[in-house]
Amino acid sequence: MRYSYYPGCSMDATGKQYGESIDAVAKALAVELIELDDWNCCGATAYMNVNEVLSFCLSARNLALVGDTGNGRTLVTACSACYTNLRKTEAYLAQFPEIKDKVGQALAEANMKYEGGVATKHFLQVLVEDVGLERIKASVKHPLTGLRVAPYYGCQIVRPYGIEDDADNPMMMEHFLEALGATPTQYAMKVMCCGGSLMGTREEVALRLCHNLLLCAQEAKADCIAVACPLCQMNLDAYQVAINKKYGTNFSLPIVYFTQLAGLAFGLKSDELGMQRCIVPATQIAARYA
Amino acid sequence: MRGVQETVLYEEAMDLKFLDEVYGIPGGDKIKDCIQCGTCSGSCPVSWAMEETPRQIFAMIRAGMRDKVLDSLTIWTCASCYQCAERCPQEIKITDIMYMLKRMAIREDRRRSRKARALSECFVNVVNRYGRNRETELMARFALITDPLGSVALAPVGMNLFTRGRLPLGGGKVRDIEGLRKIVAKAQELGGE
Repeated sequence: MRYSYYPGCSMDATGKQYGESIDAVAKALAVELIELDDWNCCGATAYMNVNEVLSFCLSARNLALVGDTGNGRTLVTACSACYTNLRKTEAYLAQFPEIKDKVGQALAEANMKYEGGVATKHFLQVLVEDVGLERIKASVKHPLTGLRVAPYYGCQIVRPYGIEDDADNPMMMEHFLEALGATPTQYAMKVMCCGGSLMGTREEVALRLCHNLLLCAQEAKADCIAVACPLCQMNLDAYQVAINKKYGTNFSLPIVYFTQLAGLAFGLKSDELGMQRCIVPATQIAARYA
Repeated sequence: MRGVQETVLYEEAMDLKFLDEVYGIPGGDKIKDCIQCGTCSGSCPVSWAMEETPRQIFAMIRAGMRDKVLDSLTIWTCASCYQCAERCPQEIKITDIMYMLKRMAIREDRRRSRKARALSECFVNVVNRYGRNRETELMARFALITDPLGSVALAPVGMNLFTRGRLPLGGGKVRDIEGLRKIVAKAQELGGE
């Protein structure tokens, strides 16, 4: 199994443990992720505030790069913002000729062109749909028995440009966690937004959203929250101290990537999965299943 | 009651071209299909922090209340989570219309647009330089511009990330940065909406 892989900008920085655990899990499952050569930033939500066509051009350049690699026509990414931008660009190029025309003119400036046809997949989809839950189960060496996990999808991967799952009650992550031997909790907030970049521009709003998420997970008696997006992880993890301070709570919920949990279940080392990089300590979960 | 008081609007205060501007984005004309059902407002995770709910904003757009819409805190409260667009029974691209209102407010340097504008500009500057977003540099630039003193409050977050190797100095760069800059320049020239 071989794919072009678009890591996105967070994987080397705030989402470092996400990148590390994706690499480790892919290797364990013999999924080849070939990093897209010379990829650029997807523009996140910031470029949409500046110029819509420009935002589409950034993703179209990345999609165009897939054409030359010989690694198939599927591009894998694991960040919700990257994923949404790539999928949205593909959809807009197909639906709106005037967008396609402008994007085409802009790409031509760098002697590039994109004719469409690249399918973007989230790494969670690759594991569940392509590798398959049977193989995931067969790869488990240390089942995560008794670990109660609140699955948190965040917003964009289940929205109009997202994964083909129920938008209000997706179950893909639950099925994945069950395959690892963990117990997904019933969790009403699993597709509620974390606030995204509002943490920078309207912090009090994002803090309240994250507070509500943590509260809901705690009430569901979760041992940790599993996430699939670097920004969700950072907001819930790095700001948990600030949330406790503001709301007088004492949350201590580790915010781990679904790939970190998979790695633990596959018997990979805690360090390889970047467990020590979580700010709310997650190493005790690792120790429990080592 | 605020909404009720605001419904009195004299014709000369209406900017009827405003609606045409919204029609300008791909799929923007769907706004005429809005039935004011309020599914957007009910679904929005941050409508409690808005001045006008999304439903009210859509009524205001159609009533030509250009200044009120572009000066509303509402557009800067939208987190782009797409929940409204996912659920809108009329398939209006609500999130994209919110993006467009943000762009208009930024271009016109509206008073409440400054912080989001600063974040976008920092982001664009970093990406134009390297082709990638170096998160450490972005956070530092943004903190320095918007709130040099307040960034002290952010320091523990930054320090926690830094000590765990999650805020590296430096970072990746696109090899064909010249090509990327040409694409960006052309896209800016062609423009959106």
